[in-house]
Amino acid sequence: MAEKVAVEKKVLSENDKLAAEIRAQLKKHAVASLNFVSSPGSGKTSLLEKTLEALRNELKIALIAGDVQTENDANRLTRAGGTLVRPLVTGGACHLDARMIARVLPEFELASLDVLFLENVGNLVCPSSYDLGEDMKVVLISTTEGDDKPLKYPGMFRRSSVMVINKIDLLEFTDFDMEAVKRNALQINGRLKIFELSCRTGEGLQAWFDWLRDFVKTQKNS
Amino acid sequence: MHELSIASSIIETVTREIQEKKLDAVQAVGLRIGELSGILPDALEFGFDALKSDTPLAQAELVIEIVPVTAVCSECKHEFKVEEFVFICPQCQSSAVETYSGQELEIAWLETESPHRKIDETEI
Ligand SMILES: [Zn+2]
Repeated sequence: MAEKVAVEKKVLSENDKLAAEIRAQLKKHAVASLNFVSSPGSGKTSLLEKTLEALRNELKIALIAGDVQTENDANRLTRAGGTLVRPLVTGGACHLDARMIARVLPEFELASLDVLFLENVGNLVCPSSYDLGEDMKVVLISTTEGDDKPLKYPGMFRRSSVMVINKIDLLEFTDFDMEAVKRNALQINGRLKIFELSCRTGEGLQAWFDWLRDFVKTQKNS
Repeated sequence: MHELSIASSIIETVTREIQEKKLDAVQAVGLRIGELSGILPDALEFGFDALKSDTPLAQAELVIEIVPVTAVCSECKHEFKVEEFVFICPQCQSSAVETYSGQELEIAWLETESPHRKIDETEI
């Protein structure tokens, strides 16, 4: 006779537990945190680079860079942000998990930080399963990718709070349907805050910086 | 593909469960996987089969239950099944809806060979 035993356990309960500890630690030191996710080539490194450059004098930002493809990426980010960039060697993993973050977090002096950026591995499926302890996920897509991204990866868009659409300077050279993308994304997640910008020309970046600055302030005061 | 790391988490968790509850050979692992979980069942089964040899789960099979996406409207409290990932309340058109199910990635149950049965077999 076979016997059934109830278990009722989350597969990623260990990850969730660690993520909760990270979240509590960041909260204790009033550090806001954002987990950046995208497909490869959406311009995540460029957005982070521009953001670090623009806000480095106002906010104390640290970055755990889990998607640096080349030495050059890491150097770009370090130049843009100073010394608080920690490249993470993921050894070919397709996502960051809470254990990786917990391992490097002690390298930062949290009490002196305003915000922590987590740059996830370039892919819109795997990172959606792993809570890293962040306040919110920022999903980045670009006009050179298909405009069906939200419909193809609903789990990620549902779990994100912000959608950044990059490379709007190339819009006229593509058949990317901006209205359709926004409509589809908002159907999946009506609370998504959307930014359209170009890291190359700088168009739209100011609105993103302003929002980010406010967000960090709100988190600090909460 | 993160199904391999998910499969390895399943094996770890169930192995711990077997030790804690002193279970006999596990024949099947019942999983609940939400449609929004981003997990491909085929890839997960493939990963599980690739990793299970030399573990207490070598004989085990996965039995996967897919959980549909449902949501609850924050405005009018209507509960509904989410079709085609449209998270909009069909009753009041609000998009302020909370996901109720569909994100699951859970081990629901284990099926083991009952100890009595084993004794019977050795007696025969
Ligand atoms: Zn409603």
